[in-house]
Amino acid sequence: MTDLAETPVSLPTTEVSLTINGEAVTRTVESRTLLIHFIRDHLDLTGTHWGCDTSNCGACVVWVDKKPVKSCTMLAAMAGGHEVRTVEDLEGADGLDPVQEGFMQCHGLQCGFCTPGMLMVGRALLDENPNPSEDEIREAISGNLCRCTGYENIIRSVRWAAEAGTSENGASQ
Amino acid sequence: MQVPAPFVYERATSVQDALALLAKHGPDARLVAGGHSLLPMMKLRFADPAALIDINSIDGLDQISVADGIMTIGAMVTHAQLLASDVVAQHFPMLTEAERVIADPVVRNKGTVGGSLCQADPAEDLSAALGALRASVTTIGSGGSRSIPVRELHDGPYQTVLDENEMVTEVTVPLPSGSSSSAYEKLERRVGDWAIAASGVSVSVADGVISEIGIGLAAVEAPNMVAADAEDAARGQVPSAELIERIGELAAEATDPNTDQRGPADYKRHLAGELTKRALRRALTNAGALTNEGAL
Ligand SMILES: Cc1cc2nc3c(=O)[nH]c(=O)nc-3n(C[C@H](O)[C@H](O)[C@H](O)COP(=O)(O)OP(=O)(O)OC[C@H]3O[C@@H](n4cnc5c(N)ncnc54)[C@H](O)[C@@H]3O)c2cc1C
Ligand code: FES
Ligand code: FES
Repeated sequence: MTDLAETPVSLPTTEVSLTINGEAVTRTVESRTLLIHFIRDHLDLTGTHWGCDTSNCGACVVWVDKKPVKSCTMLAAMAGGHEVRTVEDLEGADGLDPVQEGFMQCHGLQCGFCTPGMLMVGRALLDENPNPSEDEIREAISGNLCRCTGYENIIRSVRWAAEAGTSENGASQ
Repeated sequence: MQVPAPFVYERATSVQDALALLAKHGPDARLVAGGHSLLPMMKLRFADPAALIDINSIDGLDQISVADGIMTIGAMVTHAQLLASDVVAQHFPMLTEAERVIADPVVRNKGTVGGSLCQADPAEDLSAALGALRASVTTIGSGGSRSIPVRELHDGPYQTVLDENEMVTEVTVPLPSGSSSSAYEKLERRVGDWAIAASGVSVSVADGVISEIGIGLAAVEAPNMVAADAEDAARGQVPSAELIERIGELAAEATDPNTDQRGPADYKRHLAGELTKRALRRALTNAGALTNEGAL
């Protein structure tokens, strides 16, 4: 893989200032840098996964202004001035977010590739709807593919988190 | 790794600013709204703009309002906003039903109404639905403002009639009169996929006859994404099971689908007819014009 951080700066660049997990950062990157690569390659936050690259799998989901988005289909430049939250921020001062705990308790992951996206979508759902039905959970994760679990345990994991009560909503937000 | 080719990024702060930036960067500049159609095309080099003008920071383009018999939907209203809107569901159930099956909830957080229409993808659900509802787009360009019916916005696949220096600011949808309703029927291979075929039907009924009807078709290559002959045949008619059959047949005849990985042409044509019948039946029932849906 080419490291975008290393490409010559003669290409058009943009200064991107945004908040990531509560911390203000500024980087000058090639204007074409996608948010997923900005997060992984420029900020070294590799919890967010980069999968299909075609906005189908949802492994790359992060929050922008509290809404889940597919970071492979957003320019870092477009996120400038906004609040980005990644899976790294789910764990708060009191320990894991209930959604993370749910995935542990209910075996919500096998290889773990889809997990960061599933966690961010699951947390967003519970923030909006603290007691979702199975159908509502299925709808919420319908933009996220999992090749391992068959989804059943992911749904149980989110339900577990709902029953365990909502979190304080993470460390920084 | 898929990354767009290099381009200059600019952020517009107002509609006038966006137009000035389009003019500054010339014919190879493109607006970017949600980016959920344009960025994938750029990754694949189907689009290669020299400059991208980001219109997400322009205030006031993300409102939905109703006044004087017209609903106005800002160009930057997202699919998620349209889906969540009570006033949209109240007046245009078809739009809510279409939104439920457009992409997935995460994509719906980014994709916009303006981007959907201007993408001019023959499978775009909102182009069919808003065409059926006889919506128009309001644009602002170097020559001032104009209104273009959604039915006349596209100039072939992925082409619009917009000038280089022209942007859509809002969509206006006339509120239906009399007893009316609408419905959207889409068949997809899996959740979140584009349509194999889809049909949206809007009807108004007055004095026992169909006073106005709109039929939009997605993914089946109908001219302007509507079934105009079927609409003409239905107007002024008394709703009946026979009429629904006939309108379905005419809608199927309006299509010229392509055989592709979503299915063969004759299957899609059949679907266009069947989905139109289902949507028309539901719209008529919800408008109170068919008393016994089960009998049909
Ligand atoms: C995985 C996935 C699944 C999808 N499934 C569906 C589906 O089932 N049904 C469906 O209908 N759609 C689907 N879509 C498309 C989705 O609805 C897109 O969001 C939409 O087509 C484009 O909206 P956008 O705001 O992202 O536009 P952009 O990608 O930003 O722009 C698209 C085009 O419109 C132009 N444009 C944007 N805004 C304006 C404006 N205000 N004035 C003038 N020109 C403008 C741009 O220059 C560009 O040429 C899917 C997309 C993805 C990624
Ligand atoms: S990597 Fe973004 S959706 Fe798959
Ligand atoms: S756990 Fe392997 S893809 Fe979901």
